[in-house]
Amino acid sequence: MDIGDFGDFVIEVTGLRRSYGGTPRGRGRAGKAARGTKSRPDYEAVRGIDFSVRRGELFALLGTNGAGKTSTVELLEGLAAPSGGQVRVLGHDPYTERSAVRPRTGVMLQEGGFPSELTALETVQMWAGCTSGARPAREALSMVGLDRRADIRVKQLSGGERRRLDLALALLGRPEVLFLDEPTTGLDTEARRETWELVRELRDGGTTVLLTTHYLEEAEELADRLAIMHKGRIATTGTVADVVAARPSQISFELPDGFHLGDLPPLAELGVGGHEMSGRTVRLRTGELQRAATGVLVWARDKGVELRGLDIRSASLEEAFLGIAKGLDDLEEKGL
Amino acid sequence: MRQVSGMRVSAAGTGARTTAVMRLSALGKSELRLLGRNKTALFTSLVLPIGMAFAMRQAVSQMPLKNSGLTVGTVLLPGAIGFVLLFAVYSNLTSAFVVRREELVLKRLRSGELSDGEVLAGTALPTVVIALAQCVLLAACGGLMMDAEPPQAPLLVLAGVAIGLVTVVALAAASAGITRTAESAQLTVMPLMFLSMAGSGMIVPLTVLPERLATVLELLPMSPVIGLLRDGWTGGADAGETVKRLVVGLVWIGLGVLAVKRGFRWEPRR
Repeated sequence: MDIGDFGDFVIEVTGLRRSYGGTPRGRGRAGKAARGTKSRPDYEAVRGIDFSVRRGELFALLGTNGAGKTSTVELLEGLAAPSGGQVRVLGHDPYTERSAVRPRTGVMLQEGGFPSELTALETVQMWAGCTSGARPAREALSMVGLDRRADIRVKQLSGGERRRLDLALALLGRPEVLFLDEPTTGLDTEARRETWELVRELRDGGTTVLLTTHYLEEAEELADRLAIMHKGRIATTGTVADVVAARPSQISFELPDGFHLGDLPPLAELGVGGHEMSGRTVRLRTGELQRAATGVLVWARDKGVELRGLDIRSASLEEAFLGIAKGLDDLEEKGL
Repeated sequence: MRQVSGMRVSAAGTGARTTAVMRLSALGKSELRLLGRNKTALFTSLVLPIGMAFAMRQAVSQMPLKNSGLTVGTVLLPGAIGFVLLFAVYSNLTSAFVVRREELVLKRLRSGELSDGEVLAGTALPTVVIALAQCVLLAACGGLMMDAEPPQAPLLVLAGVAIGLVTVVALAAASAGITRTAESAQLTVMPLMFLSMAGSGMIVPLTVLPERLATVLELLPMSPVIGLLRDGWTGGADAGETVKRLVVGLVWIGLGVLAVKRGFRWEPRR
């Protein structure tokens, strides 16, 4: 395989920005842009992000809807020009050097576009004619479990089946780099597992995969590394273990009747960095789970009370994700 | 042959590169399929233009053509080709571009190896081929159906068909750029259709109109096309006139291409 002189990184993103509205997207036109700014102010969906993906790595962009994932992936796919910063895919600019990049990438858009009157097989055949080194169309369909739906028109396929058809097109040219924008949205549990299995096989076969998802489970299951996006920025990045390690663990329970928060041992002594009360439920956050949990349990034994709804959990990706969605900055100000 | 399981992990990027011809024919073939499954488009494409020409036959035969050097055939045949260009290509293709855009098909196509120009050309391919076939059929059978002689200057006919096709494809893409939905495409195409039918000599030859009016109408997008076709059939063109028609035709192509470059949208508006 040709590694080229771009080193180990297959995707490199530096200071990437994307605005909608007045800023020209590829088709520069000053007059129109000026008018656009007046009626529709610029919205910056991607606000200066950096990351890179190594060959053979599976990198996930995780974020809520509107975090800027799709806007980012479209820049990587070369569908639009960035309004700032730089993208390199396989050593090339995917927008200006489209013909050098496209034969080596596979793309699954967030929303697949297929003519509704073609059958699944005809759709794949059409795409095969436009794809270098395409697999046989039926093989691609059977990879995504659509072989028995080959002769069904696209308009009669379910949403999940269309997602899988889109995946079949993305895989068709045995791409070196695969972009999957929310590949399992709308799939049932079984189809989702099958898609994961397929993506893992492709990764094991050397394909570099960049996927976006708002399913934590999906990122946890598949990603070698991930970045959590929030409001157009990357809030945190690393392996699942890295991201989780940086987050506090959590203890929650109901305060027994007749007790107040102040009756607990001093929280700082337990290694608790922050707390919340909602109703009678106390939630403590700590970087030292064993020490804090021991402190709380010993206190409960000494007082002879039962801590109802007791829940002691290590930091999880979910916790990290929710923490970011709620406003990571606020929490950090409180000293976590 | 390798098995599916073995194929899954086979090395990436090993196959031969596609060529523009391969990509265009793959896209064109699928568009032809879609056209075949769209009854409205088929009717507009195959029945309407020739039907219009026949319907006009009676009216044209009543025209005072004695001193114009024209016959019923040399009025009707260029008009019939004009109908083919307007209905089979311009109107159908405007809808096709809008529908493909709204279905996100154009976006999907742009995510692969096709260039932007290939996406547009491939989508236009079947309608253009069908239109060409109809033009050939009209030219060949015109004598039988409409009492016309064969073209006296076939090169002018060729030039007229070529310029006409490129013009209507470019204007269809430009019109799609200002059209939001498939339904409104029916309206967007009206101005050019009516203007051309009324003012480009498709029904009433410009030579039988007052000279001042004719001079202005000759600047309409379809006028040079119909003019070249009619000159081709009658053979009665002077070089100056032909050059003028070619220039007007090429200017409209230029304007159309410019409008597409500036105003074509590849995705639905958010």
